[in-house]
Amino acid sequence: MAVVQQIGGNGANAGFVSCWACKGPVAGRALFCHTCGAVQPPGSVDHFARLGLERSFDIDHDHLEKQYLGFQRVLHPDRFAGKPAKERAIAESQAVALNEAYETLDDPLKRAQYLLRLAGIISEGTIDKTVADQALLMEAMEKREALSEAEGVDAIEQLMVEEGKGAIELLSVISKAFAADDLAAANRAVLRLTYARKLLEEARLKRAALEE
Amino acid sequence: MLLQIHEPGETPEPHALERSQAIGIDLGTTNSVVAMVSGSHPEVLRDSHGEGLVPSVVAYLGEEPVVGKAALAELPRHPDRVIASVKRLMGRGLGDVKRLAGALPYEVAENDKGGMVRLRVGDRVVSPVEISADILKALKTRAEEKLGHRVEKAVITVPAYFDDAARNATKDAARLAGLEVLRLVNEPTAAALAYGLDSAAEGIYAVYDLGGGTFDISLLKLQKGVFQVLATGGDSALGGDDFDHALAEWAMKRTGIAGLTSGEAKILLQAARAAKERLTMAPGAELKATIAGHEIRQSIDRGTFEVLIEPLIGRTLRACRQVLEDARLTAADVKGVVLVGGSTRVPLVRAFVADFFKQQPLADIDPDEVVAVGAALQAHALTRGSDTLLLDVIPLSLGIETMGGIVEKVIERNTPIPVTKAQDFTTYQDGQTGMLIHAVQGERETVDACRSLGRFELTGIPSMVAGAARIRVTFAVDADGLLTVSAEERTTGVKAEIAVKPSYGLSDEEMATMLRDSLTHAREDMERRLLLESRVEAERVLLALAAALKADGGLLGPAERSEVDRAASGLRQAVAGEDRARIHAGMEALDRATHGFAQKRMDLAIQAALKGQRLDEVEAGMATDGAP
Repeated sequence: MAVVQQIGGNGANAGFVSCWACKGPVAGRALFCHTCGAVQPPGSVDHFARLGLERSFDIDHDHLEKQYLGFQRVLHPDRFAGKPAKERAIAESQAVALNEAYETLDDPLKRAQYLLRLAGIISEGTIDKTVADQALLMEAMEKREALSEAEGVDAIEQLMVEEGKGAIELLSVISKAFAADDLAAANRAVLRLTYARKLLEEARLKRAALEE
Repeated sequence: MLLQIHEPGETPEPHALERSQAIGIDLGTTNSVVAMVSGSHPEVLRDSHGEGLVPSVVAYLGEEPVVGKAALAELPRHPDRVIASVKRLMGRGLGDVKRLAGALPYEVAENDKGGMVRLRVGDRVVSPVEISADILKALKTRAEEKLGHRVEKAVITVPAYFDDAARNATKDAARLAGLEVLRLVNEPTAAALAYGLDSAAEGIYAVYDLGGGTFDISLLKLQKGVFQVLATGGDSALGGDDFDHALAEWAMKRTGIAGLTSGEAKILLQAARAAKERLTMAPGAELKATIAGHEIRQSIDRGTFEVLIEPLIGRTLRACRQVLEDARLTAADVKGVVLVGGSTRVPLVRAFVADFFKQQPLADIDPDEVVAVGAALQAHALTRGSDTLLLDVIPLSLGIETMGGIVEKVIERNTPIPVTKAQDFTTYQDGQTGMLIHAVQGERETVDACRSLGRFELTGIPSMVAGAARIRVTFAVDADGLLTVSAEERTTGVKAEIAVKPSYGLSDEEMATMLRDSLTHAREDMERRLLLESRVEAERVLLALAAALKADGGLLGPAERSEVDRAASGLRQAVAGEDRARIHAGMEALDRATHGFAQKRMDLAIQAALKGQRLDEVEAGMATDGAP
């Protein structure tokens, strides 16, 4: 989908791109062309900027949702139903970018991982392979054993409650670590939370299988 | 705080072309309904007897197919030429079709290619897509007679739990009927729209939709005109039809009848349906049918019927539990429960739902009509503009087959759409130059247990050792819930892309043949649509040019200006004509004529920026008012 045309090969063009509809200059981050009103492609900004939020772990859910819905109201492809196919496709790519940003920032674990990625602490797809923490590994294995030995719905739910509490505590550890700019500590807690989530998911599946 | 942006609607619309009336259609398993907004109120379009429901039944007797009540009336005499409940076959293979005592209530044509089932009707073979298209044509005609002019656009509802294959099949049927689908909307979302707009409701609502052949449960968050689906679940092969099956099987057991023909199966199922409907109002009913000369008469009381259907209702409640868990909510968080679908008239269903959610469900809009009303509201919103917004999710996870028949999920269920996600895969053999990409949909971990959506091959991967190639597979789901898959080898940039044509869908050739054979003018309709689309595009370009000339026209010398004007008026003339190729040529000519102008505008902006003016100041200087 070649929707951005660079004119004249001037490289970055001082932050301008060419509007696909009227071909006039438009700021790289603008949602609509100031000359002809045409919706512009999403461009590459981070998820926080896309939703007009400050880059931080502590974000207010209601505010996040309000921002997300506010942008969807003007950019969703349904707002462009009678418009040319190209315009609808651009609106769709905007909605895709908004959904991705919202999904990432709405979940505290994904949000924390994303912040660590932005900071260069972790890179994509390496989350599971960076386990150097032997104690954490042992602990995770023990918990998994306990789950496989748990018989009956009650025993599983007991485990889930404990793990759920642990997950909530980890969130506050992560929040404090980010606030103190201690990214190594945040990374460790994020890793623990990843394990806790996995265990909870497995427990849920086991409980569902028992209830069938 | 939102960014300051312009209101795109402030630019004047040049033409009323895109403003044609659009209808809302609930294409149901048992009944279909068409509605539209006239003035500001949605209205179900009824026949002369005030009946809004059109039975989703088609009879193929003479040249023209007969649809609705008249078709249903033909069933006892011509069971082999009357098709009901075809929605259950949309995008389905033979293995998916439910049998009654070994007999199918459809006569299936031999099909050596696999793929979607085909039905034998008298001396012809028809696909579920064609049968659905005949129902859609009848609904379209009803609307056109009411309005006195052509109807070309529609919002069509589908069960939220419909997979990609069934959604594609529905869209194909609309195309065949000469209708442009503005949007496929999920039935529960449409129902919520009808309720939410009516009562300005806010909070979390559950929509329990038990139709003829499908069950959906959706949780939605309603706030200030936004209808946000939080989670959806259900069973695409569970509905009132299954109550009929249970009753029919019970009657067969009681009478010792076995071995039905497909025509007899249809007659018995219709008799069971009639008995079921009586049991909704009365404590007892009689199931009456004549099969192979034998008369069946069986009395049944409501209690016995309830014992038969209880396991089926239990299945719906399991789906309700799952969907609450997916949304991390409990029944106490649900502010209201909306009942949709004719099968929610069954008293035991209402009792179970009330007990599960600990509240009396809402049914003040006719559960048979509420979905079509919602579809009409959305059709109106899309064509006339509105503040309401539907944000939907994907009902079933999408994944890809990996080694050993294991599914790797790429997009999890309940992800908001539209969505695009990519995942990297690699080769498993030294020197491997091709890779088969098999897209599947479902929650299970093995490929066999999921629905196959389509396969395609990425070829031309350069020879490397196993594990060295980086193959990025991208899944893109649009706002209708339809999937496109593409793949690219990242170290070399070799690409392959397909819109997933489902394994149980129609091939492009089949579609072309059907359009050619179609008795209506679907093909001309499509040509006309392409022309309209070109006009809309050309008018958008002219509008943009007018705005650009108004802002920066002073940059052009008289000669340049007259060249641009000449090209623009050439395009304007082409738009007024009927020749699509000429419109395209006109757009290209205008593009060439304005190239220098665009360059000058860009240069001006860059110079201004380099002089130290900040970008937003430059913009503020040019901006008109308007903020979201």
